[in-house]
Amino acid sequence: MIERIPELVNADANLVRRGRFVNTTFMVEIGDAGYLIRIAEGRVVSVTPGPFITPSYSFALRASREAWETFWRKVPPPGFNDIFALFKGGLLRIEGDMHPFMANLLYLKDVLAKPRQEASR
Amino acid sequence: MSPRFEPIVGRYLNMTLLGKPHRLYIEEAGQGIPLLCLHTAGSDGRQYRGLLNDPRVTENFRVIVFDMPWHGKSSPPAGWRDEEYRLTSRDYVGMILEISDALELDKPVVMGCSIGGRIVLYLAHQHAKRFRAIIGLEAAAHVAPYYDVNWLHRPDVDSGEVSAGVVSGLISPTAPEDARWETLWHYMQGGPGVFKGDLYFYKVDGDIRDKVDQIDGRTTPLYLLTGEYDYSCTTEGTLDIARRTGAEATIMKGLGHFPMSEDPAGFIAYLLPVLAKIRGAV
Repeated sequence: MIERIPELVNADANLVRRGRFVNTTFMVEIGDAGYLIRIAEGRVVSVTPGPFITPSYSFALRASREAWETFWRKVPPPGFNDIFALFKGGLLRIEGDMHPFMANLLYLKDVLAKPRQEASR
Repeated sequence: MSPRFEPIVGRYLNMTLLGKPHRLYIEEAGQGIPLLCLHTAGSDGRQYRGLLNDPRVTENFRVIVFDMPWHGKSSPPAGWRDEEYRLTSRDYVGMILEISDALELDKPVVMGCSIGGRIVLYLAHQHAKRFRAIIGLEAAAHVAPYYDVNWLHRPDVDSGEVSAGVVSGLISPTAPEDARWETLWHYMQGGPGVFKGDLYFYKVDGDIRDKVDQIDGRTTPLYLLTGEYDYSCTTEGTLDIARRTGAEATIMKGLGHFPMSEDPAGFIAYLLPVLAKIRGAV
């Protein structure tokens, strides 16, 4: 599902506008699988799957495959509806430079939740 | 749409509060039993507009909502630039009692959400006899910090955007979109450092865990209503207080941390039976 993020985000003109000052590359880990998500002026330029040798990124969000898949359900159950819910529940780790993450939190939450739009359940 | 006024009256009350002159914004609607409502951290009284506009509530209750100092249309006290705003349990309790006295409310019902849900536990512990009933929305005895609140007030991060960002997930995913974004708008409009200052009470000063067992939730009835999607004040935290105090707890399906604001209709359906009990109608 994560590979659908660029098309879904870039087709959402208002989300791109809200993120127009975001330029960063961050890591999402789904279980053992890492992905580098590169954002330029609010558009998701690439989602690059690992393995990586010396990955360079601003911050990383790491959770199990099960946690991400539950997060991406059309209507996620309590505890899985938001990255902060996962985080407070001990299911997600957030590491790295928190400034681009916190300064653009509303935008990034909507970027990460985009696959819900296509979820069948 | 044809123009129409809502039945809400908004006025400014000038009074001495916590030893200083204050100008407070207060809205009310309805008649009958006074129902004093407390908004969440970093927001304001607009959160209760669904309640103030619902005749099923206002036909028997005089709903009163004040913006806390520093919030909404209530100003901070003169000289605010020379202090760091930090809410404490002592000031919060004092504020509620002093405002209730200034309005000459006779045995009001008090209902608060989040920080308001916490402070009503203090009222239940220390001042229960002054109230006809106490309602805690999203009430937990303590919430441990799970992110660094310094992000909420620093010049290189937009405080409105980040405040909305940290609370957005506390709203149920099933909440109506317009109500969700209005709830976030209130957060975006908070003054710099105000949400953070309220969280000093929520996460540091306002830890009431060691007093919960001393609360009698029956003599002055204590009702607790918590949304299932609230991961800040958890349903487990609410049920624990109910077990230890004799309070009546309800877990609200499809609601989060801002029930009265994120989904007024969904919330009022849960509140009406509680209000009916309070006025002795059932």
